Amino acid sequence: MIETDILIIGAGPTGLFAVFEAGLLKLRCHIIDGLPQPGGQLTELYPKKPIFDIPGYPSVGAAELIDNLMEQIKQFEPGFTLNEVAENIEKLEDGTFIVTTNKGTQHHAKAVAIAGGLGSFEPRKPVIEGLNFYEDKGVEYFVKNPEQFRDKNIVISGGGDSALDWSIFLSDVAKSVTLVHRRNEFRGALDSVEKVQELKHQGKINLITPAEVTEIHGNEHVEAVTLSFDGGVSTQIIKTDYFIPLFGLTPKLGPIANWGLEIEKNAIKVNNALDYQTNIEGVYAIGDINTYPGKLKLILCGFHEATLMCQSVYNRINPGKKYVLKYTTVSGIDGFDGTRKEAEKAVVKAID
Amino acid sequence: MSDIKITIIDREGAEHTVDAPTDMNMNVMELVRAYELAEEGTIGICGGMAMCASCQCYVLNEDEVSLVEKNPDEEAMLWEAFNVKENSRLGCQIPITPEIEGLRIELAPEV
Repeated sequence: MIETDILIIGAGPTGLFAVFEAGLLKLRCHIIDGLPQPGGQLTELYPKKPIFDIPGYPSVGAAELIDNLMEQIKQFEPGFTLNEVAENIEKLEDGTFIVTTNKGTQHHAKAVAIAGGLGSFEPRKPVIEGLNFYEDKGVEYFVKNPEQFRDKNIVISGGGDSALDWSIFLSDVAKSVTLVHRRNEFRGALDSVEKVQELKHQGKINLITPAEVTEIHGNEHVEAVTLSFDGGVSTQIIKTDYFIPLFGLTPKLGPIANWGLEIEKNAIKVNNALDYQTNIEGVYAIGDINTYPGKLKLILCGFHEATLMCQSVYNRINPGKKYVLKYTTVSGIDGFDGTRKEAEKAVVKAID
Repeated sequence: MSDIKITIIDREGAEHTVDAPTDMNMNVMELVRAYELAEEGTIGICGGMAMCASCQCYVLNEDEVSLVEKNPDEEAMLWEAFNVKENSRLGCQIPITPEIEGLRIELAPEV
């Protein structure tokens, strides 16, 4: 069981900055995120795009902002449970919470802050009859363990970076790789496109374009797929052990929709007059995932919400304890790792 | 007066003719959100970067309006999106300008 003060769900900018504000109050944080890396939308959807409305930064790259936040919170030693989605929440009699992920990892926390942005990222699934039936029976939306495909025949569909990159990688592992895309053109990094071109010429990738996978066949497991050309004018059935559709990820509210939280317009209602707490006492929602009158989905608003949330958690954990706001410039920062950052002391020295 | 009329058929099939401002640097996806014609969280997910296709729409009267050409980002996204038809566009890539007065679109299904 992972123990922490504040369990943050979502490792986007708002969730990461919450670690900093919590650290100033000597509260420890642990973050759960469904993606393999921190950053949320910023690193998953648009890592190289600039953001122009972060105060103090005329322009900052999305991935760069995340790198900076990770550096800023480092001394507060946040824990991470990555690649797992928070699935269940249980409130104990003492007012603390146990949150369990889809992989069964349990977290025990004094408060929960949902900073889930647009929700958890789920694969975009093509519209093919019976697709659900074949999930885990030959249809895979991620390549989690490449060894699974060793010496197997696989069909990948999609036209972006992940379709290209996995086709390249698996061409060395699988018995055969067929890449199917609706167009002749691909949208990906230039060297990936060139590499696929090269592997195609070497006969290591069977490239079929423009075509679409429209049917899946097999009794208990994928055995073959139907490819359609020109919108179904002609078709071809090819034998395969696996079908891997890679059409990117899209965020969905996911399991937190069933936590008994008040939801409005796909967002969690919070008390914005006070502390961004939800209808469940001790559970907060900050950043893009929450809603209140006048809500703006901006990173800078998420930072503000994270800060007020931390103050509220502090008061909840230490009822009645006196507290005054400290300025980092005046007090410095004491990390949980023993480091101290502080303003340089002025020198008192006579001038002869 | 810098408003134009745009007709949007929502995902339930209801038709709405709305006033669209041409002086607010808005696009069709944002217009749909401003009038709440699709549920929040189901449209404009990527914020308008042509990266999610949640604002895909079908243009019903292409001949009557002067639409901007698709840029490479929009084209590439539509190659990967679902329910794509000949007249598919991404609402976020259609700026609201006087040239599209009278535009009629139908929102593509939520994916």
